[in-house]
Amino acid sequence: MSKALYELTIHEALEGMRRKEFSAVELTRSLLERIEQVEDQVKAYLTVTADLALEQAAAADTRRRAGEEAPLLGIPMGIKDVLCTAGVRTTCGSRILENFIPPYTATAVQRLLDAGMVLLGKTNTDEFAMGSSTENSAYFPTRNPWALDRVPGGSSGGSAAAVAAQEAMAALGTDTGGSVRLPASYCGVVGLKPSYGRVSRYGLVAYGSSLDQIGVLAKDVRDAALVLTVMAGHDPHDSTSMPAPTPDYRAALTGDVRGLRIGLPEEYFIVGVQPEVEAAVRRAIDALVDLGAEVRPVSLPNTDQALPVYYLVATAEASANLARFDGVRYGYSAGADSILENYRLSRGRGFGAEVKRRIMLGTYALSAGYYDAYYLKAQQVRTLIKQDFERAFEQVDVIASPVAPTTAFRLGEKTDDPLAMYLSDVFTITLNLAGMCGVSVPCGFDRQGLPIGLQIMGPHLGEEIVLRVAHAYEQATDWRRRQAPLSIEA
Amino acid sequence: MSMTTVARPEETTFELVVGMEVHAQVLTQSKMFCRCATDYQGAPPNTRTCPVCLALPGALPVINRAAVEATIRTGLALNCRINETAVFARKNYTYPDLPKGYQISQYELPLCADGYLEIDLEDGSTKRVRIRRVHLEEDTGRSVHEGGYSYIDLNRAGVPLMEIVTEADIHSPEEAYAYLTRLRATLRALGVSSGDMEKGALRCEPNISVRTLEQKARGEYGVKVEVKNLNSFRSVRNAIAYEMERQIAILRAGGSVEQVNMGWDEERQCTVLQRGKEDAHDYRYFPEPDLPPLRIPREEVERLAATLPELPAAKRNRYEQAWGLRRTEANILSGEAAVARFFEEAVAAYGESDGKPQRLATWMTGELFRLLYADGEGQDLRQIASIKIRPTQFAALLKLVDDKVINPNTGKKVLEIMYVTGEDPQVIVEREGLAMVSDVSAIDEAIAAIFAANPTELARYRAGEEKLFGFFMGQVMRATKGKADPAAAKERLLQLIRG
Repeated sequence: MSKALYELTIHEALEGMRRKEFSAVELTRSLLERIEQVEDQVKAYLTVTADLALEQAAAADTRRRAGEEAPLLGIPMGIKDVLCTAGVRTTCGSRILENFIPPYTATAVQRLLDAGMVLLGKTNTDEFAMGSSTENSAYFPTRNPWALDRVPGGSSGGSAAAVAAQEAMAALGTDTGGSVRLPASYCGVVGLKPSYGRVSRYGLVAYGSSLDQIGVLAKDVRDAALVLTVMAGHDPHDSTSMPAPTPDYRAALTGDVRGLRIGLPEEYFIVGVQPEVEAAVRRAIDALVDLGAEVRPVSLPNTDQALPVYYLVATAEASANLARFDGVRYGYSAGADSILENYRLSRGRGFGAEVKRRIMLGTYALSAGYYDAYYLKAQQVRTLIKQDFERAFEQVDVIASPVAPTTAFRLGEKTDDPLAMYLSDVFTITLNLAGMCGVSVPCGFDRQGLPIGLQIMGPHLGEEIVLRVAHAYEQATDWRRRQAPLSIEA
Repeated sequence: MSMTTVARPEETTFELVVGMEVHAQVLTQSKMFCRCATDYQGAPPNTRTCPVCLALPGALPVINRAAVEATIRTGLALNCRINETAVFARKNYTYPDLPKGYQISQYELPLCADGYLEIDLEDGSTKRVRIRRVHLEEDTGRSVHEGGYSYIDLNRAGVPLMEIVTEADIHSPEEAYAYLTRLRATLRALGVSSGDMEKGALRCEPNISVRTLEQKARGEYGVKVEVKNLNSFRSVRNAIAYEMERQIAILRAGGSVEQVNMGWDEERQCTVLQRGKEDAHDYRYFPEPDLPPLRIPREEVERLAATLPELPAAKRNRYEQAWGLRRTEANILSGEAAVARFFEEAVAAYGESDGKPQRLATWMTGELFRLLYADGEGQDLRQIASIKIRPTQFAALLKLVDDKVINPNTGKKVLEIMYVTGEDPQVIVEREGLAMVSDVSAIDEAIAAIFAANPTELARYRAGEEKLFGFFMGQVMRATKGKADPAAAKERLLQLIRG
């Protein structure tokens, strides 16, 4: 026996259970033990649902014995704590929802549950997914399994760290400005951000409604493709979800990239990118060329506008989205004597500094006299950014770039400098603004042994092509076989 | 154009300018953005709710197609342009019964814009009140204040509301009243809203200002005051009249009107300050990212246009022109779909010629409505839909009167019985022995008996005291229990009394 069960990929585990080598309960127990062993160091989970997981695993075993073959039958996963789970506390990493137990389950999560997923728990996140390091969690920061004094990236840092530390076989994250891809890159796992509208947002606690999209953190591209296949597709509860049919994304993983045109955007290879990151990404592109792909320069000239546009659009939407947390119906309520005082205290105590900062920014951007100059202008520039991509995708099939300018930074390094923190997302934000899809796939390590991510970006509903390229690259390299060097205390 | 002026030549003349905002609950089975039922009236608090209308974290709105169609049909009836792309927007403000902290409404690109509604003026002319927009939004929940606590009931939260906004085209309280009456009749004819103000299904908020003729010449307006909390068309009319006088008085005294929101105090019949200018909201409207812009294809608009019923104004004209009805009855009978339906079915059974529709109209608006008002809840003519009398029975009653089987007074009695029992008039007449006596011999017999019983009066009449004829006529009617055909009775009496 070479591998522990928790080390398996989803596909390996499914095969093992199909062959009756082990049960879903055994697999789940292995994951829960792993969580017990490393969670103190990593702090990936806000809530671990051990009893529920074992119950679901037993149910999965029953289903399998009955001859059922659901696509995720008995697969233990983590779910970012901004996705509603009926009966399981959903905090959004915020004090204001510390005791909030939703009465309903997000569509994407429900589809995974219907497919047999076992819920291990809810993973840590920057408060309301606002952040790039998971340090904005109101509870505790998550640590990078590759270097415990470093951040896992954010905001889906709990999910990325859980997968990297093998505390989950895969996990759901959400990506509003890079929140799946950035932590995937920092933690050396695969992070898939589907196109806007590909996955239902119903039950995803909204941050930036026109940007939010549920994504997958997985050990390899095939696993990510499987999870997407299960959860993608139109949902009558989400008017922005696309009616387009959902293929089995695994069918796109042919390994063949011959003749494929890869665009290299000059705007993403700029001063300020950590040299080792740029070198690793360029080597990855060379590897794809070796596999038969062609490389072409492309230009995304409005890239430098993306950060300001994002911080107007996302915060404006957030300022309205977070208005419902008023201490009236659910969540933290200060219990003050007047309604105004109760608003003031409930929100004042319930929200953290970054959330307040973004609510204020967004409120300002929408205010009378400023709307045209800020929100409206930002939407216009957003259209230009989208058009940049549309033009580029007339010439190339995918665009490749670094996921982030650097590898994982130290805990606390940027907490006092919001602008420096915001810059971590400079290469990922554009895709959210354009509504397109992308994947982060491990492409090496820096000298300190920190993972580096390659970003493959594709057009709207171009999940098959980005997964195909990412998969071909992944299979041609060995990066995925490396494991985070966590010490296990006996 | 009608204008309200104050007849003091030494003082400035002011023109009243009113724009009207009307919120009408749209009659749909389910709420605007979720599938919860809209039957919140009387339902236990918070039992018509779901994650969407409770604004639970992560819940998303989905547009109710029926509400959109009702709004488009309203826009078409109000001669509006239907926008090919309509956009929902978030209107941000904080209130405990607004669960999301914003209301999904429309701002730029409403469903319908630039229409008009024709209203009748007192002098018999008509006038167009321009409609600026008709848009769709969601209602709020309700706050209940009891024993020092406030309770929130979200059953109403998310019920679809249409907002119908006019241009500042209304220039007298009476015009406002006429506009609202015609608008409500139109909404009811379309079946898109109950229009019941007392149940909160229709809410009117007039924006009231006055201006001098000099201001008018320059195209300027006075400062406007919005009045809320009006629960009848009469209150609207009174509030506008009151505000007009108040504002004119302020301006005449050299003061200036402040832009504020006022409420209407029904008891004291005056407006009272609700919210000052300093509390004015910045609603921070922006397009609702959870709802893609709504595309409304031309064919869809055409399909909906084909579903429009005959509207009250057209009905009224038809009653006047085809059936020769007087304006008063034509207006009353065309104003409610249920009334018009009853009337038209009765006309179909009774006949369109020889002034019959007007005779029917007189009986309906007089006798039948009297019974309806006395019986039902308030002055609601829509109750005609549930009375026991069928239009054909009503027509049959008039035929009995026409054919002199019964006289008009007996007809009224028969109608009262019909109203209670729902029986055919013939059945009642027969059972109660109400048929008119036009049999000359029976009348002659009665007259002979009366002469015999009143020899003195007869002698006085014959001596030239002709005013006693009425006395004998009354005696004949009494003797026949009112069933004598008055014309026949009079003729026989005239003949026999001369001796």
